Amino acid sequence: MSANVSIEDVERVAELANLDLAADEKPRMQRDLNAILEYIAQLNELNTSGIEPMAQVSDLLDAGADSGHGVALRADGLRPSLPRAEVMEEAPETDGAFFKTPKVIER
Amino acid sequence: MTETSLTTETLVEKPPTIAELRHGIASGVISAVELAEQYYARIAAHNPLLNVYLALTRKQALEQAESVDHAAANGDPLGPLAGIPIGIKDVLVMQGAPSTAGSAILKNYHPPYDATSVTKLKAAGAVLLGKINCDEFAMGSSNENSAYGPVRNPVDTDRVPGGSSGGSAAAVAANLAVATLGTDTGGSIRQPASFCGVVGVLPTYGRVSRYGLIAFASSLDRVGPFAANVRDAAEILEVIAGADSNDATSSPRPVEHYAAESDKDVKGLRIGIPKEYFAEGLDPEVRTAVESGIDKLKAAGCEIKPISLKHTKYAIPVYYLVATAEASANLARFDGVRYGHRSASATNLSSMYRLSREEGFGPEVKRRILLGTYALSAGYYDAYYKKAQQVRRLLAEEFLTAFAGVDAIVTPTAPTAAFKLGEKTDDPLAMYLADIYTVTASLAGICGVTVPCGATASGLPVGMQVLAAHFGEATAFRVARAVEAAQTT
Repeated sequence: MSANVSIEDVERVAELANLDLAADEKPRMQRDLNAILEYIAQLNELNTSGIEPMAQVSDLLDAGADSGHGVALRADGLRPSLPRAEVMEEAPETDGAFFKTPKVIER
Repeated sequence: MTETSLTTETLVEKPPTIAELRHGIASGVISAVELAEQYYARIAAHNPLLNVYLALTRKQALEQAESVDHAAANGDPLGPLAGIPIGIKDVLVMQGAPSTAGSAILKNYHPPYDATSVTKLKAAGAVLLGKINCDEFAMGSSNENSAYGPVRNPVDTDRVPGGSSGGSAAAVAANLAVATLGTDTGGSIRQPASFCGVVGVLPTYGRVSRYGLIAFASSLDRVGPFAANVRDAAEILEVIAGADSNDATSSPRPVEHYAAESDKDVKGLRIGIPKEYFAEGLDPEVRTAVESGIDKLKAAGCEIKPISLKHTKYAIPVYYLVATAEASANLARFDGVRYGHRSASATNLSSMYRLSREEGFGPEVKRRILLGTYALSAGYYDAYYKKAQQVRRLLAEEFLTAFAGVDAIVTPTAPTAAFKLGEKTDDPLAMYLADIYTVTASLAGICGVTVPCGATASGLPVGMQVLAAHFGEATAFRVARAVEAAQTT
């Protein structure tokens, strides 16, 4: 993991993240990402082959004293959801029943 | 000491403890309504400078206070926090005011439900004063990333209160609430508590429900209290902790009586002092204050044991990969469709997404989304995200091993005291290093309490971090209480 992020990399990642960076933001982000990734590169000092990745603390607790932690799924029953009218009030554009967006397929 | 010179009359001049207030309210000496009004008067006087509260929920707070006074007059049973004025960090949703998470993208968002921690406080009779400023989406270490302006540290108003829960720490330090809720993903409760000279609690992952917490990094995010003393913080945790069917990662373990536990003697407890937390980069004045705290624990009968946590230096790189990767996924929900800001300049669906996010997110949030997206993208996933998760396991297992030989681990909470506003805003990496002693516990899922243990020559507070094993809150409170008790005698 050598850190050498180009402006094109910044643009590509911004596109993946659905961010439309302003022209003056790109060099700043490039500088910052390179600095941060350079710092992160010290992880290369560690040999981690054979170590299981840990995504959740519950991985660790399940193996130890707190077996069953994080697997407490609730009963699969019917229950009321939030009232539609209250939820729709927060939508930028709605007809009351659906969220409205600009056209998805253009022609 | 700008804040202490600006006193208002009455009950709240000297911060009262929850126990004192509870007794006063139950016996009718203190009116919960008057108490709330006095806190609102203090907020009106000090908020213009400190910028702690983003919104006040006066009407519902006074209604709650009235019902507490009514119950007290009738001799009805009162909740454990009946009438206690509490403020809520703005990343926790609460009905009756906007929940912005410090972001422009949620500027006028009125949540249609309450976070579980908020629901529990209400049920305990707490009077919730309003919503408190923080770094945007809890991303920051100085509270300077809020879209609604920085919070000032009440101890020295030219300095930052820390972050991301800077407002929650400052509110308690300036007595603009008896206690507050904050959230901690990499140090966001502990570091500001240290900077403002108050007590802050990082509960074990799963101890407090995350339901209604606007997500930053789901495997790391925790909800916890700030208070002026250890016992008050323990009382709040006792109320907000517990299993919740709305958060599958919340633990079914019974909640302990933390406040009572905090009073227990520390004699014979084994305290580990990891040398890696006292190495290069630690401010000498902070070191002196923390070492004086350790001496007090020794005097109280604790056994002080030097230990080594040799992977510590890798915690910041691991944290900033794991947290940003999770953030890049969590923040994908802000798309201008269901809630929040939608760009007025959008011409089609794709530009609506991109422009709404570009206009709504601040620079630090974009930086973290980009870093997280980069770390998860094709070709980099194994080198960055997977590697970080592997080292995360090493860090966590190192703590488990250490806790086989000690009951608690004591470290500085932050490498320095509060820094000046603007001092680190141009250097994200320098800002990230403010979390160097706090991210390890976040990654491992263990709990901790930060307690004031002294001050620098210029009077800036210094915090000591007391870490305990998973679900070892009672021990962390006990050790923190011993340090606090030794300070005040």
